[in-house]
Amino acid sequence: MDTSNESAFERVQRARHPQRPYALDIFEHVFTDFKELHGDRRFADDPAIVAGFARIDGTEVAVIGQQKGRDTNQRRHRNFGMPKPEGYRKALRIMKLAEKFSRPIITFVDTPGAYPGIDAEERGQAEAIAYNLREMAHLRVPTIIVVLGEGGSGGALAIGIGDRVLMFENAVYSVISPEGCAAILFKDATRAEKAANSLKLTASDLQALSIIDEIVPETQEWEFSEDSAEEFSANKVTAGLKAVLLRHLRELGKITKEDLLEKRFEKFRAMGKWAGA
Amino acid sequence: MSWFRRDKPKIEGQKDGEDQTVRTEGIFVKCSECDTALYKRELRESNQVCIHCGHHFRLGARERLELLFDEGAYEPLDEEVTSDDPLDFVDSKPYKQRIKEAQEKSGLPEAIISGKGLVGGHKVYAGAMDMSFIGGSMGSAVGEKITRLIERAMKTDGAVIIFSASGGARMQEGTLSLMQMAKISVALARLHDAGLPFISVLTDPTTGGVTASFAMLGDVIIGEPKALIGFAGPRVIEQTIRQKLPKGFQRSEFLLEHGMLDMVVDRREMKDTIVRLLDFMMKKDD
Repeated sequence: MDTSNESAFERVQRARHPQRPYALDIFEHVFTDFKELHGDRRFADDPAIVAGFARIDGTEVAVIGQQKGRDTNQRRHRNFGMPKPEGYRKALRIMKLAEKFSRPIITFVDTPGAYPGIDAEERGQAEAIAYNLREMAHLRVPTIIVVLGEGGSGGALAIGIGDRVLMFENAVYSVISPEGCAAILFKDATRAEKAANSLKLTASDLQALSIIDEIVPETQEWEFSEDSAEEFSANKVTAGLKAVLLRHLRELGKITKEDLLEKRFEKFRAMGKWAGA
Repeated sequence: MSWFRRDKPKIEGQKDGEDQTVRTEGIFVKCSECDTALYKRELRESNQVCIHCGHHFRLGARERLELLFDEGAYEPLDEEVTSDDPLDFVDSKPYKQRIKEAQEKSGLPEAIISGKGLVGGHKVYAGAMDMSFIGGSMGSAVGEKITRLIERAMKTDGAVIIFSASGGARMQEGTLSLMQMAKISVALARLHDAGLPFISVLTDPTTGGVTASFAMLGDVIIGEPKALIGFAGPRVIEQTIRQKLPKGFQRSEFLLEHGMLDMVVDRREMKDTIVRLLDFMMKKDD
């Protein structure tokens, strides 16, 4: 659908819309034979991150994603898609399993951010995120990142290092939420719309800044409204995704492990724009 | 009724709740912890640590590097790498103007100063962040300087030491700032694979994207006493859970207790501690 005239803030609202497909919807509709795995083997299982084995066109892959909830009970259960350290550690554990068995990894980013709470801090939220960033850098299997809805800062990036970074047309990816940015920089949380625009957080902005590789078009026509009761169909929204993933898996499968790591390093090495030589 | 009572005159230059940077004017500084008036020269000699209560004042980036390197001598690196304004960002003032003002006010080109030199005779590439430059925030230039520091260390088998002091990623560069967390961590993965040391020293305050990337990736992680260290800032947490935080929460000692730091080290013993660690980590033939 053509959403090219939408403002950045309208995209933020679309990215957060409860009728958007979540990670588990994708696992079910785009992949087959999803088998969920649980726990970080250290503290707990974090329902804000879902992970496991799945097949795409018969190919075995590990799938990982942040998971939000649609109704109040689900939202509480999933902690609004805000992972705790055990969630990030579970994610990495599954990635290491994929590496051990030479299976590609596909992650789905959809979180307002890592959970800011006392327990999360006590168990090392910062360390859990940091460790994932470093370890994902040298996973010896193809890794594809798909920004599905909300890419909320470090909590999103913690499953976001890979050989390809794809982004749905209406997804956003930002260093801080527009509301948070407005509250801090504009001293007024109601100026989120202006902040959203300034932060350059849409897929097309980020492609122009060479932060993402490709925009995945969204195929379902749905009118945006806060109380949209329209029947949700992940099948339609994500119809374009499967072909895109298969193409990238095919391409990455041809690259040697050494080249893969070298190119992944170069990809992130090049990010940033500064003055001076 | 007391005729002769007079309010104790306040010592100028320090107000409660203001940042704890030492002013350059005046002869005395009041310790924000124990209220003792400290003779400035004495404070300088004790590396900006209160000689009465041990309170650590915030330290500038250049002073930090001078305290680290042997004889205070180091070669500054990548000073020409500075912040640009890739998003044409304007908040209460244009980001370009904010950068310029920060450079004038702090006398620093960027929120991190990096240099190479010897520490206890070991080849060291070190960086020190500075809160007086846009809250020590990390944008593209900070990310680039740290990445280059790591790459230089790898070329010559040196050690990397970074003193963090930062509110996190710099909002004015949007997702580009976020990606600096990725860029530095990917470089650190290589340093790690090369078997070279990275010592991370966390000073007051270290939060947000800096903590959630390189600051927590040290082979050894050191905190300065009572430094605020965390992922989310205390205000954000209070707003989320709607209750007051326990005393000492997110301070170095708290992190040590929870297994997140190797040690809490007084600034006056920092160099000796780092030399001891390097003796273990660096190859004998260097």
